[in-house]
Amino acid sequence: MKISSQKRSNAVSRVAIYVVLILITALMLIPFLWMLSASLKMNKDVFSFPIKWIPENPRWKNYIDIWTKIPLLTFVKNSTKLTIIVTLLQLFTSSFAAYAFAKMNFRGKNLLFLGYIATIAVPWQAYMVPQFMMMRAWHLNNTHLAIICLQAFSAFGVFLMKQFYEGVPSELCEAARIDGLTEYGIWFRVMLPLSKPALSTLTIFTFVSTWNDFLGPLIYLTRDEVKTIQIGLRMFISQYSAEYGLIMAASVIALIPVLIIFLALQKYFVQGVAATGIKG
Amino acid sequence: MSTKPAEVKTAQNPNTKKRGLSRDVRNNLTAYSFIAPNFIGFCVFTLIPMVFAIGLSFCNWDGQHAIEFVGLKNFLDLAGDKTFKTAFVNTIVYCVGTVPLTLVCSLGLALLLNQNVKLRNFFRTVSFFPYVASLVAVAAVWNMIFSPSMGPVNMLLSSLGVENLPRWAAGKDTAMITVILFSVWKNMGYYMVIYLAGLQGTNPSLVEAAELDGANKWHVFWHVTLPQLRPTTFFVTITLTIASFKVYDQMYMITQGGPGDATITLVYDIYNIAFVNTPKYGYASAVAMVLFALVLAITLFQFRNSSNND
Repeated sequence: MKISSQKRSNAVSRVAIYVVLILITALMLIPFLWMLSASLKMNKDVFSFPIKWIPENPRWKNYIDIWTKIPLLTFVKNSTKLTIIVTLLQLFTSSFAAYAFAKMNFRGKNLLFLGYIATIAVPWQAYMVPQFMMMRAWHLNNTHLAIICLQAFSAFGVFLMKQFYEGVPSELCEAARIDGLTEYGIWFRVMLPLSKPALSTLTIFTFVSTWNDFLGPLIYLTRDEVKTIQIGLRMFISQYSAEYGLIMAASVIALIPVLIIFLALQKYFVQGVAATGIKG
Repeated sequence: MSTKPAEVKTAQNPNTKKRGLSRDVRNNLTAYSFIAPNFIGFCVFTLIPMVFAIGLSFCNWDGQHAIEFVGLKNFLDLAGDKTFKTAFVNTIVYCVGTVPLTLVCSLGLALLLNQNVKLRNFFRTVSFFPYVASLVAVAAVWNMIFSPSMGPVNMLLSSLGVENLPRWAAGKDTAMITVILFSVWKNMGYYMVIYLAGLQGTNPSLVEAAELDGANKWHVFWHVTLPQLRPTTFFVTITLTIASFKVYDQMYMITQGGPGDATITLVYDIYNIAFVNTPKYGYASAVAMVLFALVLAITLFQFRNSSNND
């Protein structure tokens, strides 16, 4: 008796779990589906109610027109270039520094690391003004170099990689040292291959935050030819606020690269977050 | 965290005293060379501007004339600045609205997904996607869906017979709620992943033991699971609170700070003072110091709290 009633209550709670999950999924996905659907509609049909999820005559032309209406190709190119450079720099400098913090003993280690941690808490927005003045004095405003310098050296990356490296047994490094590998060799041949999940996590974080960054490019990049996709898209939205179909088409295009990189790396992501969350 | 420094110290002391200096120095230099690429970039582009910001907050500067030291004047002016006060209050309101809501939603979702459900990966991916999606793009679609006159949400509400349709981003009372809902929707997936990771680190045998002792699900969650998740909750709360103090883009894209000043935030205020109106860089830095102080206070408070409990 007791077991069967327990089974039944288990079944009920399972159904409840799925119902809630499906509701949440719908909530998460509907805006994207609506976007996709609206991107294939004429402006006058975008808001027709009840919603026609699949337009009768999908207007693919939106996806052609958008490239000529604004210099979208330039924006996409700029964003791609910035994102790739920043991500690579971030991966290199962070994992490099993190190795020393996690696996080496040296003078001032704790103090330096504390300094890093302390600055994670300082919001960029609190010093963006003097940073801009500095970059302008060096004539870096309206250049991509400014955005690269801004994004490529984060304390967060060092912190994340260090947490992961601490989970790697030190015996591995010791063995490599005895085999005659230099510290650089250990970093390159032992640590990097082992840290795929953490590197993937950092790649997602950096890729996404650089591709989607708004305030930085908004302040630094005012000329059309250097603007990123986010600034370009925002400019388009404020200039042609009634071109609903085109706005949605451009939005879909702005989402695609992130979607690809996310789907490609997401299996590493939870692994990576788990590794960084475990107490060293 | 708390065990680390002690461990390092005991490992270092005997070594440095007994072994030859040269090896030690070489070791130090190698370590510094690992840190240098990141640290130099970090110093030039982060640390120096940070220090500069503190100095600038005691000065007047329009970017053209010479910098003029004014002491505490900028901070005294803040006290009588109505826009600043509104921005400050709005930032707090936004924080109080988003942090608990996001925390509860992400924890709830993580608990659901931590069970043995089918399509777990699919659900996880889907709820994470808003977080990585471009803010400009999702804000654009959000604005259309919640458009007061034509949006499907209000159409649905009116077809259900609701008479006083909310004006969402355009209404003075509803603008902030709209932004808060948007933020929770966009960010909960990220914190859910962190909670999922935290849940994987919990000890399942403790839950089993509690269940054998006859504890119900709520008790198990409250007394067994949640305490084990404390480091995760600490991390999530800190990250969320700090992120909410820094909020700007959401407002810029959904409400433009309006209607009136209804959703203007501290960062919005800084941006306006420095880049939109005639630039007052010193004054903008003073507002920035308030933002910094807020973040610092929260960090210190949380930090002390967590080390006390350990």
